[in-house]
Amino acid sequence: MSYSKPTFKEKYGNFINGKFVDPVGGEYFENRSPIDNSLIAKYARSQKEDVDNAVAAANAAKEAWGNTSAAHRAALLNKVADIIDANLEEFALVETCDNGKAIRETLNADIPLSIDHWRYFAAVIRAEEGSATELDANTLSMNIKEPLGVIAQIIPWNFPLLMLSWKMPPALAAGNCVILKPAEQTPSTATLLMEKIAAVFPPGVINIIHGFGPEAGKPLASHSGVNKVAFTGETTTGQLIMQYASKNLNPVTMELGGKSPNIFFNSVMDEDDAFLDKAIEGAVLFAFNQGEVCTCPSRILVQEDIYDKFMERVVARTKAINQTNPYDVNCMMGAQASNDQYEKILSYIKIGKDEGAKVLAGGEACKLEGEFANGYYIQPTILEGHNKMRVFQEEIFGPVVAVTKFKDEAEALEIANDTLYGLGAGVWTRDAHQLYQIPRAIKAGRVWVNCYHAYPAHAPFGGYKKSGFGRENHLMMMNYYRQTKNMLISYDKNKLGFF
Amino acid sequence: MEYERVAITEKAIEILNQLKVKHGKLIFHQSGGCCDGSAPMVFEEGDMYLDESDILLGQLEGVNYYMNQDQFEYWKHTHLTVDITEGRGSSFSLEIPLGVRFIIQSRILTEEENTVLNK
Repeated sequence: MSYSKPTFKEKYGNFINGKFVDPVGGEYFENRSPIDNSLIAKYARSQKEDVDNAVAAANAAKEAWGNTSAAHRAALLNKVADIIDANLEEFALVETCDNGKAIRETLNADIPLSIDHWRYFAAVIRAEEGSATELDANTLSMNIKEPLGVIAQIIPWNFPLLMLSWKMPPALAAGNCVILKPAEQTPSTATLLMEKIAAVFPPGVINIIHGFGPEAGKPLASHSGVNKVAFTGETTTGQLIMQYASKNLNPVTMELGGKSPNIFFNSVMDEDDAFLDKAIEGAVLFAFNQGEVCTCPSRILVQEDIYDKFMERVVARTKAINQTNPYDVNCMMGAQASNDQYEKILSYIKIGKDEGAKVLAGGEACKLEGEFANGYYIQPTILEGHNKMRVFQEEIFGPVVAVTKFKDEAEALEIANDTLYGLGAGVWTRDAHQLYQIPRAIKAGRVWVNCYHAYPAHAPFGGYKKSGFGRENHLMMMNYYRQTKNMLISYDKNKLGFF
Repeated sequence: MEYERVAITEKAIEILNQLKVKHGKLIFHQSGGCCDGSAPMVFEEGDMYLDESDILLGQLEGVNYYMNQDQFEYWKHTHLTVDITEGRGSSFSLEIPLGVRFIIQSRILTEEENTVLNK
């Protein structure tokens, strides 16, 4: 079964104060599909004035919204989930068109996970409570969670609707108003969502600003009218956003990527069974979403006594990846999100080869025929080398994995932790001791044990080291969007006696 | 013999000069990490807070090129050439509104370069 490119309007404005508006400067930019480089639509090229308008709308709405009941906010979040659910195929198709990823991923991962994150945070605020402690017979300490007010959120292009759905629901559930800037490569599903849910929230509660980083992102991140900035992206922009936030003494949360090790101990090959099959798929998951995942398992570490046999099967499975029309449900890997990503990935494959890495699979661009000849396709690539090579140390953000061997647990951990980042890691073993001890010794915020690339709501996700801080997908994210009001109440009728 | 760690292509110089006219003095900072990471970013001088943990790799057309020290440890055996490609990056880098993106082409330092630069 195959879908075809969805249709769009000629242009889309920003969504501010409950309605779509033209950018103040009247400028739009062209957004193209990486699948075939065809035009999708024009989107608002916002400037500081547009950001000012969104911030003003959010500030005007925050008092009333922050005082709504948890039951009311939960009902609205559930309504959003229902609306996305009812239009799942449309969202999946638009996402595939805008980002380039295979339709089977948007249908089965991006959109269903997005829906569930809205539902999860709707449920969280119905179940959680504040706290009260009787400090002594006459003194009560009561903690009330209050919203911060107005939240700026800047998200990347690799999972456009899902990243929106990781960030918006906890902020809204906590009682904040939001201004979100989608990445300029992928503005389409955020826009589609606003079209579908325009009437769900009061005006000003949710606002979407399109445009370029230096023109719209920077004024948003540095705006004195916002109370917190949440960002997913790379380290340099992360540092800049923290700098701007420091001028306003604003809190920030940062998710800045990684270079995640995926470790295979020799016991995985003790049997040739369903688990070994799962482990081999686990190694090939580097190609999931064309490798454009912050937690891409981009370093495979294999114990030396199974290395040859294990990698033989990983290579065979990788070579079986079907690259074709991303709108076709049989397509297993789609297009890279943009030309500059495509060029960057090829430049890394080149330096991997220059550094002496051996190409076990791929190693080239993938040329598709006909209408897809202008798209940005790269073959899933396996490079064999050692951990000091740049392809082992830098996030390539493409379908490129670097593989090396280790002799024992100590060496596995040494290699796994020899990285600037600490977002994700995978551990595969049948040994009950390794199942616990190895993940505990890895310096990363998420360790998948005998699985990889699962992102359920209710499991906190975030980084160690230069991968950032903050824990999304979990009720603990709510506290990154709130502050604590402590009421210290005395029931004692008697004075202190000092004065 | 003097060796450089960084170079820039003619096409990239053209874009850099356009940005100088609009923004004044500039710096390059090499980013790492997710999404648009592992690519050079261009900012107005003074916009980004720099200190001794930012290594100055060299100067390109009067524009200083910095990289964080931790990252430099993994990169110092390679020579970097700043180039330009069509495409839409998403970061605060100043060339993005022009529909182009600075990228890095790398090569391994020769033995002699390595001896001089990394002794």
